[in-house]
Amino acid sequence: MNLQLLLAILVGGLFAAGIYLILRRSIVKLIIGLALISHGANLLIFASGRVVRASAPLVAEGQTSLRPPHADPLPQALILTAIVISFGVLAFMMVLVSRAYRALGTDDTDELRETDS
Amino acid sequence: MSTLIVLPIIIPLVTACLGLLAFRSPRIQQALSVLGGFGLLTAAIVLLMRVWTAAEPPGGILVAQMGSWPAPFGITLVADLFGAIMVLLAAITGLAVLIYSVADVDMPRKRLLYFPLVHVLLAGVCGAFLTGDVFNLYVCFEVLLLSSFVLLSLGSERAQLEGAIKYVTLNLLSSAIFLSAAGILYGTAGTLNMADLSARIASAAEMGDGSNSQSGVFTVVAMMFMVAFGIKSAVFPLFFWLPASYHTPPFAVSALFAGLLTKVGVYALIRFFTLIFVHDTGFTHTILLWVAALTMVTGVLGAAVQMEFRRVLSFHIISQIGYMVLGLALFTPLAIAGAVFYIIHHIVVKANLFLVAGIAHRLRGTSALDRPGRFSIYSSAPLVAVLFMIPAMSLAGVPPLSGFWAKLVLIRAAIDERLFAYALVALLVGIMTLFSMTKIWAEAFWKSPPDEDRRGAPDEPESAARPPRIDRSLLGPIAALAAITVAIGLLAGPVFDLSTRTAEQLLNPAGYVRAVLGADHHRAATAERKEEPAP
Amino acid sequence: MNSTILQTATRYLLPMLLVISVVVLFQGHNLPGGGFIAGLIGASGLALHGMAFGPKSTREALRINPATVMGVGLAAALGSGLFAVFMGLPLLTGIWFNLEVPGLKTIKVGTPVIFDIGVYLVVLGVVMAIVLSLLEE
Repeated sequence: MNLQLLLAILVGGLFAAGIYLILRRSIVKLIIGLALISHGANLLIFASGRVVRASAPLVAEGQTSLRPPHADPLPQALILTAIVISFGVLAFMMVLVSRAYRALGTDDTDELRETDS
Repeated sequence: MSTLIVLPIIIPLVTACLGLLAFRSPRIQQALSVLGGFGLLTAAIVLLMRVWTAAEPPGGILVAQMGSWPAPFGITLVADLFGAIMVLLAAITGLAVLIYSVADVDMPRKRLLYFPLVHVLLAGVCGAFLTGDVFNLYVCFEVLLLSSFVLLSLGSERAQLEGAIKYVTLNLLSSAIFLSAAGILYGTAGTLNMADLSARIASAAEMGDGSNSQSGVFTVVAMMFMVAFGIKSAVFPLFFWLPASYHTPPFAVSALFAGLLTKVGVYALIRFFTLIFVHDTGFTHTILLWVAALTMVTGVLGAAVQMEFRRVLSFHIISQIGYMVLGLALFTPLAIAGAVFYIIHHIVVKANLFLVAGIAHRLRGTSALDRPGRFSIYSSAPLVAVLFMIPAMSLAGVPPLSGFWAKLVLIRAAIDERLFAYALVALLVGIMTLFSMTKIWAEAFWKSPPDEDRRGAPDEPESAARPPRIDRSLLGPIAALAAITVAIGLLAGPVFDLSTRTAEQLLNPAGYVRAVLGADHHRAATAERKEEPAP
Repeated sequence: MNSTILQTATRYLLPMLLVISVVVLFQGHNLPGGGFIAGLIGASGLALHGMAFGPKSTREALRINPATVMGVGLAAALGSGLFAVFMGLPLLTGIWFNLEVPGLKTIKVGTPVIFDIGVYLVVLGVVMAIVLSLLEE
């Protein structure tokens, strides 16, 4: 099967699972859902950089430019940055949720109504 | 030249870094931070002046290529008039909040690196205003979001944690949508440099709508960006995180968020929908028009039923965002100028109102409007009452204050487009805003406490009846921001000229593209596309 | 948690992980590696120490506050970027020197290396701050 198609299905699956988990009432599932969605977004960038069989994007010794069939290095740089960021955010979210669980005594999003009007 | 553009990002970062190294002493951090705030303000003023004096046609856009990698391959920082104005506003708000924080934020929070965090936030905000690269914009968003998450939950009070969960969740979702949109955009256009994108999307639209479906993909991506930035700027169906979280942290943090964070979203909307996604304005900007009207109305109605000082103000942020989006959606030079004017006015006024709310809380002992305070501010601290009146009346659009001119320009622009319904909505929302502001005035400032006549009764000690003294470092920033509000109102002519020039620049993407990529790049890119159609 | 197995294993694993993290940091210039993963590897070693011996003894073993590590890292990363500014080039421009070491080959030293070391320290500091605060709860 076409790898591009496989990736598309995978991205869709990750987004669907993530959204499902976000809509659950447990905050822990909310975090897992957000993590899945950010993975989905990362894979989407990967897929949008075209999945091709080609040489690594390194300029060979003595040459000044890349030879044509080469992979695109940019999506991977973007994904790495995005992974770093989502790692930091999720780590913060874990601390936040554990503090909130201690302070509020619940992990049910339905009971978080105090600050709503 | 290139050094000047990076200064608004570097100064807060260096300050944050020094503050981190001095983590043992909040006092040193405090001094450093205020100093850094002044430095940022100076850099921002110089930057705006340089951009303005260079604004004699043609050009007026300063560009710096990071790491000496030429555009569109490297990261480009671009300071056009819009970006420079936003940086200046961020610097003003930042400095006011930093000075206010000295007395307002408590010691445990200061020990938890409050001041360095504010500077990281400012660096992220300034970076977002200056970057010319979509992915770099995402990174700046995340920098400012991460520090705002920590600032929001710093202190770990019950309400704060609950508000923070809502804020963090929705903003993360928005970031994921932003990231996905950037991915698809890269896959379709092959670049993430904003100037390059602008040129490519324009040429894709030129090449005809029937021959390729690219134009359609770009519209889909545009909608994804609209949702992502819509969440961040709290427009109509996506604003629920804002009133659930903005009233929970310390007042200084609220003021910083209220002044700057949603406006970063609005900035991104304006930037994207004037520079990049202008290939199908009939579709995208009509949606924006609806969103703008509904945002104005729901925001102001939400405020009408609230009975908590900061929550009323939070809902007003939403309704005011509607005005800015209205300016963008009308998409005429006058309307965009109006939107820019509105942002200039709004950031100053809104940050100021939240700062005043902090003082009112100190004097009354409560932020609830339906509960009697300890003192009538009107009689015990008339200066504070006046300092509330100026931004409040400006927000409602009472002449001759800044809000009046901002609303006037926008309504005029709507009438010029013969969209009378929108002009009417904008007017009615102004009246409703006046209603909310008078509600706050009457309940929080005017009303005497119920035990007024018992005051001076022999069993009550005299000292308890005296209101707490308000520190000068709390009043100073408020007075300065109020003075700026009055100044914008009285000097509406020059500010309007600045807005008009900014709007001209925004509505001429070719100038931006030329400044970033050089004069002949556009033609070369188009030629290359024609040679080798997209796979 | 007081497990002899974990504590004994940690005594061997922690030095190894720290060495590996430094190797990964420096090979990151043209091979898989770099500041971020190196920082994570190092931080995972220290987190292991925190789990085996308790956060208090990790703080003592570290001697330096994570905030200082973050600050130094940020300073290094910023400094490497600003270096170019002082030479009149745009921010973050890479500048390379050839360092002659007697008896050895010439070593190329450049600002990107300092930037990577800064990233390493920032990641180490941030992860340590988060892990320690979670363990201390």
